[in-house]
Order: sequence, then C-alpha cells, then structure tokens
Amino acid sequence: MEQEELTNYAEKIETLAQKLGLDYYPVDFEVVPNNFMMEISVYGLPVRMPHWSFGIRYIHQLIRQGMGHSRIFEVMFPGDPCHAYLVRDNSIAENTLVVAHVIGHADFSKNNHLFARFMEMAGGHILEQAAERAHTIEMALAEHGQQRVEQILDAALALEPHVDINQPLHRRPYPTGFSHSAKEESADPFSRRFHRLPGEADPQLPEARRRTIPPTPEYDLLWFIANYAPEMEGWERDIFLAVREESFYFYPVFACQIMNEGWASYWHARLLREADFLPSDLYVSAIKAHSDVVRPFAADNQLSLSINPYHLGFSIWEDIIEKYGVQRARQICKDEDDFGFIRNYLTPELAEKLDLFVYEADHEGGIRIAEKNIHAIREAILAPKFNYGAPRVAAAEMHVDGSLELIHDHKDDGRGLDIPRAERVLEYVTRVWRRPVSLQTVGGSGHPRVVSSKPIVKS
Amino acid sequence: MTVHSTISTGSPWYALFSRGARDWLRHNEKVRESVQQHLPDLVAGSDLITGSEERTVHLPVRVLEHARFRLADNQMESYRNAGQGQGQPGDVLRPAQQRPDEDDEAEGDNSEGEVRLLLELKVDDIVDWLWEELKLPDLQPKPKTTLSEDEFVREGWDKRGARARLDRRRTVKEAVKRRAIQQDPVPFSNEDLRFRQLVHRRKPATNAVVLFALDVSASMTDAERKLAKTFFFFVLQGIRRKYGKVETRFIAHTTQAWEFSEPDFFQVTGTGGTGASTAFDLAIEMIEAEYDPAQYNGYLFYASDGENFTEDRSAATAGLAKLTQLLNYVGYVETVPGSSRVTDTEMKSICAQLEQNGARLGSCVLNQPDDIWKAIRKFFMQEALQGAEV
Repeated sequence: MEQEELTNYAEKIETLAQKLGLDYYPVDFEVVPNNFMMEISVYGLPVRMPHWSFGIRYIHQLIRQGMGHSRIFEVMFPGDPCHAYLVRDNSIAENTLVVAHVIGHADFSKNNHLFARFMEMAGGHILEQAAERAHTIEMALAEHGQQRVEQILDAALALEPHVDINQPLHRRPYPTGFSHSAKEESADPFSRRFHRLPGEADPQLPEARRRTIPPTPEYDLLWFIANYAPEMEGWERDIFLAVREESFYFYPVFACQIMNEGWASYWHARLLREADFLPSDLYVSAIKAHSDVVRPFAADNQLSLSINPYHLGFSIWEDIIEKYGVQRARQICKDEDDFGFIRNYLTPELAEKLDLFVYEADHEGGIRIAEKNIHAIREAILAPKFNYGAPRVAAAEMHVDGSLELIHDHKDDGRGLDIPRAERVLEYVTRVWRRPVSLQTVGGSGHPRVVSSKPIVKS
Repeated sequence: MTVHSTISTGSPWYALFSRGARDWLRHNEKVRESVQQHLPDLVAGSDLITGSEERTVHLPVRVLEHARFRLADNQMESYRNAGQGQGQPGDVLRPAQQRPDEDDEAEGDNSEGEVRLLLELKVDDIVDWLWEELKLPDLQPKPKTTLSEDEFVREGWDKRGARARLDRRRTVKEAVKRRAIQQDPVPFSNEDLRFRQLVHRRKPATNAVVLFALDVSASMTDAERKLAKTFFFFVLQGIRRKYGKVETRFIAHTTQAWEFSEPDFFQVTGTGGTGASTAFDLAIEMIEAEYDPAQYNGYLFYASDGENFTEDRSAATAGLAKLTQLLNYVGYVETVPGSSRVTDTEMKSICAQLEQNGARLGSCVLNQPDDIWKAIRKFFMQEALQGAEV
C-alpha cells in the first residue's frame, strides 16, 4: 500500500527532476529493515569484509541508536546503477523526501569529477565487487584460519586512508634499472602538471644512480606494501588491494561531503517545493523532516561547536544559485571538491550571515571564540579533510635486507604522531611486511623520534 | 533521456543479517585475550584470595582500539575548530576544567568515532574463561572420603503432610481446576491441598582445605612473591570450582614457621635461612588438629626459591612424605623469575625423589607469569591422573 504510494511519488519526482535538468544514473531503491541499515552504516558498504574493529563500531552505533542520538534516513552508493537504501520504519513523507535527496546525490555523483574519475577507473559495480571480495575473504578465512586473515586485515584497515588518490587505481610497479632524470619518476598526473608550470624547474638529481625503492617517498602505503612486501602471499596482497580500492571509492564521498550533502539538500527542497502532486499534509511533514536535517546545530540563540555540513552546503549552494544561476552551479559541482568549494564560495558575507566562527579549546577544557576571519574559518572547516584526514606517512626506503623505513612528514602536519598508536600500527605492519619496520617522526617537544617494530615473535 | 529508477522491498533475508553481531563476538574474544594478558596486574590486590568472589575489575577497552596513525594531542597549543552561532571573538564559551565532548556526526562514515567503553568484569568470570580454555580435568575427590552427610531434599507432592509444608501455589491450582468442572463449587476443599514432601539423601562431603606455604626467607624477593601469589590465586580458583566449601590457611616460614592472615602473608619478610621442614610440620599439625583427612580433601601448595638447609633434608623429606599421605595432592613451585636456567636445588631433588616413589606430589618451575598456566595445567592433570589410579 505505502509501497505503491511511494513508487508513485518517486516516479513523478523523477520526471520533475529530469525536467529541471538533473542528470544521473538510475537508482535502485531498496526499503530495508532498520538493523540492516545499521550494518550498512557501520561497515560503510552493504556487504563488506569481516573485521573485529567493525564490531566496536557496531556496539557504538547500537548504543547511540538505543539512546536515540542517531537516526539514519538513507544511505546512497554511487555507481551505475546507484544503490540507495531507505528505512522501512520511516514515514512515507520522510521516505519521499529521501527519494528526492538521493536523486540529488545521484546527480552529483554522476557529474562531479572525483566521482567520475573513480567510476572511470573502477566501473559502476563497486557494491557487487565489494560483496564478492567479502566472499573471497570468507574463503580465505576457511582456508588459512582466522589469525592469518586477521593480521592482514589489521594492517590493511589500519592503513585505510593511506592511499595516494592522485595515482591510478590500477597502478604499475616502479620502472627498474637505472634512472636518468627526475621527470619520469614523478609519474602521477598532478606532479607532471606541477613540473610543467612556468618557473618550476626539474629537481636536480645525481645522474644515473641505482634506483632506490621507492624512488620518491611513497604515500600510497597500501599499494606499496601489496607490491613490495618481501614475503606476502598472493591472497594477502589481494586483500590489501581490496582495501585500497574501497578506500579509493570512499574518497570522493569524504572529499565532497559538504558539497554533496548541500547539493542533495538543495535539490530535495526544490523538488518538493515544485511537486504540486504531493498532498499538502505529506508536503508539510516532508518539509518538517527537511528542516530537521538541514538546520544549523546551533538554533536560535545557541552556539554550536560543530557545523552541520548539510546546512553549510545547502546555504552555499543557495547563495551560488541566487547569484550565478543553475548552469554555473552545475559547473561548480563538476569541477570542485570541498577545498575549492569552501575557499571559493564561502564568502565573508555568507560566513557573517551564518554566524560562523573559529573557536579555541585549550587542553584544560576551556573554550573561547578566537576569531571570525574568513580565511581562518575556511581553514578550520577544511583542516580535518587534508590528506584523507590522516597524518602524512610515507614509505621512504626499502633496504637491501628488506627492512622498511617509513617517514612521517611532521613539518606538513605541524607536529608528531601519537607514539603509542604509531607503535601498534607498526606492529600490525611488521606482521605483514615480515621484516623490521621503522618510522621516523618527532616527539612532543619537536625532537626526532624513531619508532621501531619489535622483533617478530613466531607463534 | 528518461531514467527509470526502481523501488523494491529488500530481501526478507536482510532482517537476518548479523555480520555486525559476528564481528562483535570476535571483538569480545579479543577482550578476553587482552584480559588474559593483563592478568598479573589484575590480581595485584592484597586480599585477593580470601576476598569476595564478587569483586570486579575495570578494564579500559582502549587497549582494544584498532590503532591508526594519528597526530599527537597537542599539549602546547590549543585545538581550533569551526563553530556556529552568535558570538564575538573573545567570548568564553566554557571555562576551563571541563572536557569538551563532541558529538560526531550522525551519518555512518569512515571516521573512527572514538569509542571509549569501560568494561566491568567479574574476576570470577575471567577465571571461568581461563578454566574453559585450559580444559582441565575434574579433580578427583579423595576416594576414601566417602563419608557422607545426611540431608533432606524436597521431592514431590502429596495430599497429606505437615501444615508447614503446604504448597500454596499448587493448592490454588488444584482448586481452580476443580472449580472449572464443578457446578456451584466451594472455594477450597481438603482434596485441593498439596504438601511438599521431603526425602532423606546422603550427600558426599565436599569440604576442602588448601594450605599455602611460602618461603619468606631473605632470598625471596618481590618478584618471586608476586609469581607465587599469582600462582596461589589461580590454583585456589581451580579448587574452588570443584568443592562446595574451601578453607584456606597460610603458612610462612624461614627457619621457623608461623601461620598468617592473607594480607600479612604476602607482606611478611623473615631473615635468616630456610628450613622447609618447619612449615611441613606446622601443616601436619594443623591437619591433624583441625582437618581430619577422612573428612577433608586437602591440598598443599608450597612456593620457594628452592634453597633449603642441607641439614634439614631428612626432616623435610619425612614431613613432605607424611603430607602426601594425608592430603589429596601436594604441589611445589620453584619461583626463579627471569632466569630460565635449570638448576638442581635442594627442594627440587627432595620432590623428585618423592615423586619417583609414587607420592602424590608434583613440582614445577616458574620463571615468568606465563609459566603459571603450565604449572596449573601440570598439577591438575597429574592430580586427576593419580586420583584415578588410586
């Protein structure tokens, strides 16, 4: 009954969306029970590899939902077709809103360059592939035992954000033999373009030296370990590459969160507004759901220490469309990610209107508003997004004996790593690399600090 | 171009999906593993053996976080972030001395929401897990202690009986049944009454006494005591799991032996040499006076660094031999923390000699906390084996 009603509205909303110029791959909507929705939100994909760390998130999510802190409306996976999941228990008004919202996402993910690039490299069936890989891992579990599979996943998932998204998904190994110029070494498109900029000279390298592995510091750790670990077996490398591919898949969602949610929110609002076929009571409930989602965390006279990305993105898109029109907005949607979007289109006037500020929390827990400078606001919003939200750690050199040296770019990050955690990650990595691994970073007072793996205990 | 999206109801199987629950179970297994690794720290309390079994330990699940590279918390500078609302630079939003609690966003995404759980575990539960894992055989109660206690157990019902044993619930049930089929029934009749019946049973004795003897001469350092204490604790847990009522006694000795209460037992330090026979004599005295071997299952566990006066040898051998006859089992652990050298000590040779003669005695060397499991396993296996033979 409800199902038919929803299908009916969805069809009309789609027709309206296409009339308004939205361009997207078809969406497979599935109405699923709440517990399945929760699993999707915990794993990030409907069917994904098993790992105990998801168990922790699962408990966490269970508690949050139990306390009513968290409610999931929809999860949408770009692809061709896209997949979207709706919660069965939500009202028809909420689900109508969600359908419109998902169509906004679908439009964004077909057109945005980051999403398009991933799809070009990996195709549009990532969900099926992830499920297939999860199955392969199940088989590996049966064949090689929990301990061996788990130690691979411990390492691979710990390094999940440590990929180089400027590299192709299917990347070739380093050329071997002797190197002659620095130009060929910087293989990724970004560095090549960078070196072609006027005034940018080729870095001078000593001539014809033996190549080291890696030739330049390698930030694509998952790829590097999968390809160069001295004693890894084929199925173990496959797991690393699987985690890497999923990481590539998550990156556009991560890097465009504000734009993407804003865009979807803009379109669901607009589609509902223009959907004259909706009964008025349903429209009112849907719009109420809209304003619950797209509202600043700080309502009225309150202050909030975080910014609702839905509200921020929504406000910026409204501003853009008001000033420049939809055509220009579509171009922006295609060209930018959150970095360009916030830096170029979060204007001082808009920041003023939205009451944005930068606050400082000292380590005794005191919090005060620091400034309202637009540059500071932009950087504060973007800070957690740099480098996939992870510290810059690269493979510096693989020595003749197979030992690996990692280096943390502490200058870029501004400070050193959390040492106890780094030690544990190194422990995971060592079990997979099967040779000594060390990591250079800086300690609390800025002096160099080397973390070394403990010798492997054969168990 | 028209795009056709589809809406379908998900597969009915979705309701059965439980991968999250499965990974949760795996996570719980990891909790157990990490608890085991931290056991020596968990059993550090001074009243551990005689204290309540209801005690709990707190375990921060932080140790189970799946680690990732993270930047160090900045101690020097303050943490900056963007916020929203009406306020001017300089406004203090919250005075110091409170921890900021941030609600991370509701969408399930890739960021690792920091999960801090504090698990409260019962020591008893932890020991249960361990025992499950050690797969120890059941202890054999001493075959000759067939002495039984009489007791009355409730069993069955009857229409007649003492007023005090009227089973009201059952009586009402009977009345209801009767009323349902009768025309114009009386509320209760004598026929409805049901009384609990008692039967006379013989119950095998399940008393046990565990004597702990510890060498407190100057050569026993803190590390050695800690090993001994941890061992004593777990061995007692094993015995508790078998017998209904377990008494514990603590004997410390140098060239003399004294009885102590538990807190003092692990604190006391004596000076001078080692004469193990004194402890054995005291144990024999205690058993003969208070714990009739016919009624009690007795155990003695003795920890020492192995040194003993040579002059004491024959006395110690005789004492120990007598004890092995009085008790179900005697266990000797030699605590030599940190060294894995095998040395022949005085005590070890005494034990080896007795063991060869078929006495119910076992000895083991403890170098590090992990050896405790080996020792416990050895003792319990041996005890079960010898118990079965007799």
